[in-house]
Amino acid sequence: MKKEVSVWTNNKFWQRSAAWVTGFASILLIWLTFDTSSQIAIGTDSDLQNKVTKRVPGPTVINYKITYEMSPKRGHEVPVIGEKEKFFGRDDYSEKEASDLLHLGKLGSQAKNCMNCHTLLGNGAYYAPDLTKAWLDPAWSETGSMMAMTGKSTKEEAMAEFLMHPSQYPTHERMMPDLGITAKEAKGLVAFLKHMSSIDTNGFPRNFGRMQGAIHGK
Amino acid sequence: MASNLKYESQKLGVMYFTVATILFGAQLLMGLIAAIQFLYPSFLFELFDFNVARMVHINALVVWMLYAMIGSVYFLLPDETGIETVGVRLGKLGFYILTAAVTVVVLVYILVQVGPATESTIWLINEGREYIEAPRWADIGIVVVVLVFVGNVFATAIKGERTGIMTVIMADLMALAGLYLAGMGFTDNISVDQFWWWWVIHLWVEATWEVFVGALAAWGLIKMIGARREVVEMWLWIEVAMLFGSGILGMGHHYFWIGTPEYWWEIGALFSALEPVPLVAMFVHVVYDWGKETGLRLGEGKEAVQNNSPAFAWFVTNAFGNFLGAGIWGFFHTLPQVNIYTHGTQFTSAHGHLAFFGAYATILIGMFYIGVQGTNGIKAMKSTFASKMALGLITMGVLGMTISLTIAGYGQVLVERAQMGATWEGYFISQDAIWFVQGMAWRLAMGIVTFVGFIYLVADLLSIGKSKIHTR
Repeated sequence: MKKEVSVWTNNKFWQRSAAWVTGFASILLIWLTFDTSSQIAIGTDSDLQNKVTKRVPGPTVINYKITYEMSPKRGHEVPVIGEKEKFFGRDDYSEKEASDLLHLGKLGSQAKNCMNCHTLLGNGAYYAPDLTKAWLDPAWSETGSMMAMTGKSTKEEAMAEFLMHPSQYPTHERMMPDLGITAKEAKGLVAFLKHMSSIDTNGFPRNFGRMQGAIHGK
Repeated sequence: MASNLKYESQKLGVMYFTVATILFGAQLLMGLIAAIQFLYPSFLFELFDFNVARMVHINALVVWMLYAMIGSVYFLLPDETGIETVGVRLGKLGFYILTAAVTVVVLVYILVQVGPATESTIWLINEGREYIEAPRWADIGIVVVVLVFVGNVFATAIKGERTGIMTVIMADLMALAGLYLAGMGFTDNISVDQFWWWWVIHLWVEATWEVFVGALAAWGLIKMIGARREVVEMWLWIEVAMLFGSGILGMGHHYFWIGTPEYWWEIGALFSALEPVPLVAMFVHVVYDWGKETGLRLGEGKEAVQNNSPAFAWFVTNAFGNFLGAGIWGFFHTLPQVNIYTHGTQFTSAHGHLAFFGAYATILIGMFYIGVQGTNGIKAMKSTFASKMALGLITMGVLGMTISLTIAGYGQVLVERAQMGATWEGYFISQDAIWFVQGMAWRLAMGIVTFVGFIYLVADLLSIGKSKIHTR
């Protein structure tokens, strides 16, 4: 045993410090995980009916109009759930029907590997546009080009048509390939996109569609 | 090939290194395809699309690094504990099972590509979640094989001598293996999905993998330049404290925009801003110890110990690359005020390339050379022309790709994010911006440089053992 010169050159001291620091950080992370998990749990239909704001609204949010508006209090845009809006001709999807559609869409988004070209909530690959607020993208609105291009009269039908035959409707030299998406899957995927656009992403993406005037409820 | 390695465990380590090198090659080839598609989108369109190339590109990356890490542990285990690995035959069986599974997974990725929107696709084809796309059957197989591996390590360390380095590796592997479980579930709530997905990705790449690299660097310094164990292990414990202290809560920087509450802005910004600190420490540690050990020996009139010059060159590149790629390029876009514009652009890609290379590829390639040294029974291994070409071209190539992607990302952020607000139209306008297109062209050119370097690397790994220049 050699003589102890200083605690700063003592391996046991550093080993204990490493264990304490790691333990403390882990406990804090786990505690925050509980808090975050309760805040990002998916909402319900009654939340929507009673205008309870959830960070991740329930699947029946597809029955409502969603906009992305500047919140002066929070200093960035937030999704705002408005009055009822028809989605594939209906605005009365039950909780079960809407959940099934969302489930199909989420499964589809993974099965078709969307994330290895697009970003979702900003995560994924960078070969194609971000899909976080794709539902609110001006390209798909009445003033955009996609409804005319696909020959459809509603946003959701235009999106579904595009998803089923993407390479027939090129918007750029870089095209989306045909992934064998069926009509049913396309409907699920559009529901998934509409639901995703209602998630409170703390203002990401910033200035979404500012140039085209998509914010402030238009 | 006759092996001079004394322990079966080390031979198993070299087997892992071999497969890792092949997968590294696959990663680079897929990267080249994807890079070509950025410039010529019709290349292999609806035949072998970007999503497939990109999926195999990043999966091969993750898997080759895990292979090289498992191989490194099997290789250093007898060295640290002084005994043959307990249950090494089971470990070998695990290797064959894992390799067969990886082969099937990759073939399915390439040939089947995507499936219908059903549970069976998640189970059999791919999970469609970046980095951990492996279908669920493979997930379960991976868990079983990793359990065997962790069992090997624990049984051996308990039976043999348990050094500080081994203690760190044991704790780290437990965390690393356990975290994989967080990425196996399915949920319809994409915010919850990405929350747990980051538990795997972030806590691997910015915490447990970094600690693993710290342990490897510590072992390498003792092995290659005869650094004193007490000193090296003290550094290692300090690094563990700093890496976990910053890295675990640094996870907050992935929780800015995925639906999670605002408090992650402050937590993520603070702790991820601290993440480069241990990387500076690791750099200083390697370079300082190198100089100190050399100086001490020269002062005593002895010759400096340096028994594997190509491996050591890669270890030093690691110290620098880790700091530059993970530290500097990470810090560039980690603050929420910046990240709201850069999140999900080519900036991320630039950081990813230099960080994975600088922090992990470098030191693991160094381990390949240590494997070659052992297999050929070389006492002091010197660099050949090919060793230097491999190091120079790969480093220059990756650094070149990173700079190109950073410039492309800059153009993209200004046009798509700041000006046009991340819409479909904004995205495509940015993709045609001159800075973006030229950046992508340079990225492809530098990717080819990297690939040429890789060919030198393979040629060198296969031939350097037979060279006459070494001391045997």
